[in-house]
Amino acid sequence: MVARKGLPYALIAPATVVILGVLGWPLLDLLYLSTQHYGLRELFQHQGQFVGLQNFANILADPQFKYVVEVTLIFTAANIVLSMTLATIIALLMERVSSFVRVLLGAGLVFVWATPVIPAIDLWQWMFDYEFGVINWLLTRIGAGNYIHHNWFENPVQGFTVITVVVVWGAIPFLALTLHAGLTQVPRELIEAAQIDGARAWQIFRNVTLPTLKPLLLVLLSLSTIWDFQVFNQVWVMLNQRPNENYYVISVFSFQESFRVSQFGLGSAVAVVMVAILMIISFFYVRQTVRSINEAGA
Amino acid sequence: MRRSALRVFYDGAGLLIFVVMIFPIYWMVTTALKPGKEILSLDPYWFPAPVTFENFTSAMQVPFFWNDVVNSLTVVLSVVGISIVISFLAAVAVARFGFRGRTAFIVMVIGVQMVPLNALVIPIYLLLDSVGQVDSLLGVIAYYLAVLLPFMVWTLRGFVHNIPIDLEEAAMVDGASRVGAFMRIVFPLVAPGLVATAIFGFIQAWNEYIIAYVLLSSSSKQTLTIWLASFTTQHGTDWGGLMAGATLTSLPVVVFFLLVQRRVTGGLTAGAVKG
Repeated sequence: MVARKGLPYALIAPATVVILGVLGWPLLDLLYLSTQHYGLRELFQHQGQFVGLQNFANILADPQFKYVVEVTLIFTAANIVLSMTLATIIALLMERVSSFVRVLLGAGLVFVWATPVIPAIDLWQWMFDYEFGVINWLLTRIGAGNYIHHNWFENPVQGFTVITVVVVWGAIPFLALTLHAGLTQVPRELIEAAQIDGARAWQIFRNVTLPTLKPLLLVLLSLSTIWDFQVFNQVWVMLNQRPNENYYVISVFSFQESFRVSQFGLGSAVAVVMVAILMIISFFYVRQTVRSINEAGA
Repeated sequence: MRRSALRVFYDGAGLLIFVVMIFPIYWMVTTALKPGKEILSLDPYWFPAPVTFENFTSAMQVPFFWNDVVNSLTVVLSVVGISIVISFLAAVAVARFGFRGRTAFIVMVIGVQMVPLNALVIPIYLLLDSVGQVDSLLGVIAYYLAVLLPFMVWTLRGFVHNIPIDLEEAAMVDGASRVGAFMRIVFPLVAPGLVATAIFGFIQAWNEYIIAYVLLSSSSKQTLTIWLASFTTQHGTDWGGLMAGATLTSLPVVVFFLLVQRRVTGGLTAGAVKG
């Protein structure tokens, strides 16, 4: 459609101003802050001291930061692998169950998806409560050991396991339902032809289903990576807003450096590292999405 | 015979997954409906008997509950009201016009959604602190606006794009002006999409935690997601009250989500589906 030249610019102007003003400006400011010494004194004066790349040198030399990075990577990888695998299994299962079970399972997944994250964390906190939590009761009852008065958060490996359960439980519905919708796009004829040719179920999955789903799987994988890498709420709320140092994933570490010990410069430097990693991960997702829009011609 | 045995196995596995996924929500709601001695029991009570609403009434009497309901609604409704207008304008531009800088704008809209809020909260806090706007709903509103906009532009773009341009052109051939054609043909068709997007924006703003947590420090100014922490004190957690509060906070979101889920959630994976 031929447009008067200025019209589209006028239409996008308000959105651009708000996005750049309220997100773009702080993003630049974050970069700037990461080069500042910005403690409590600077907070009162509203003015930091320029220290160049000293903050980055400090965090890279900090053994705690090394721990933070390691924990974050393991935690992120565990969340991605578990949620993607389980979601794929559920999506494949949904194709094979009777329609009654499919509708029921679909409805259940939508309910979980709809549940807001903070109430969801609270309810898992209750289920894993050391004293009256239903999970401790259940594990003891089925003979998995003595979990009476078992505190899951004393040991960070167990604590992170619980947090992973919460993250994966919340991530599965979107992934499984999207994959299930994607599966219905796999051409029936192809699968039937493969069956006639005597292909086994696993061969059909590998050679027919998987290639068709590949673009969707890649997008879901990059979205999962982006989301799981920056998990904050689940750690923060699950541990009653006072996570100890064992539980510092990168987002929590950046937050604590800034708001608990008031080293805003150091906290910003950690946040810059986090944003930089996310930008690299997002690149594929953004490119894929923009390309598809431009190909569709609108 | 083998086939039907397999069917039974699949159905059984499907039902098991359903139970595992839905049980936490069941447990939240039933805990909220139980009297205190059934909640604090070493052997769980699977059904609330008798059903009691005392957890809900006491949750509503927790200081600042109604205050925080009003805060949540104020923030969310202002944000959604403003952002739906701004994002609709931008969505029309992106869906209907080709112009220089269009791809750059799209990259900005998608890319900015990937920036983590907990990184930005540091400069935001310092910026608002230096102009004395910490602990004010206004700062939160401005910030949520920018958080919702990219997503809303993106979703609305899809809705506008799906309305055939021929309809508008036909109306213009019949003598309607461009604005007239848009208002009378496109707008009514896109209205359900606008409502769905607005509702989804409502959900996102209602659920937001970290910005509200950092920026709103006084109890009278907090939103409901922050208010939920008030059930946990040094003496322990009031589980009945917390589950009632969690149920109350979730209820509007779940209802709204069920209404719009099918319409709105496709946008995230738009890049992977053949358009």
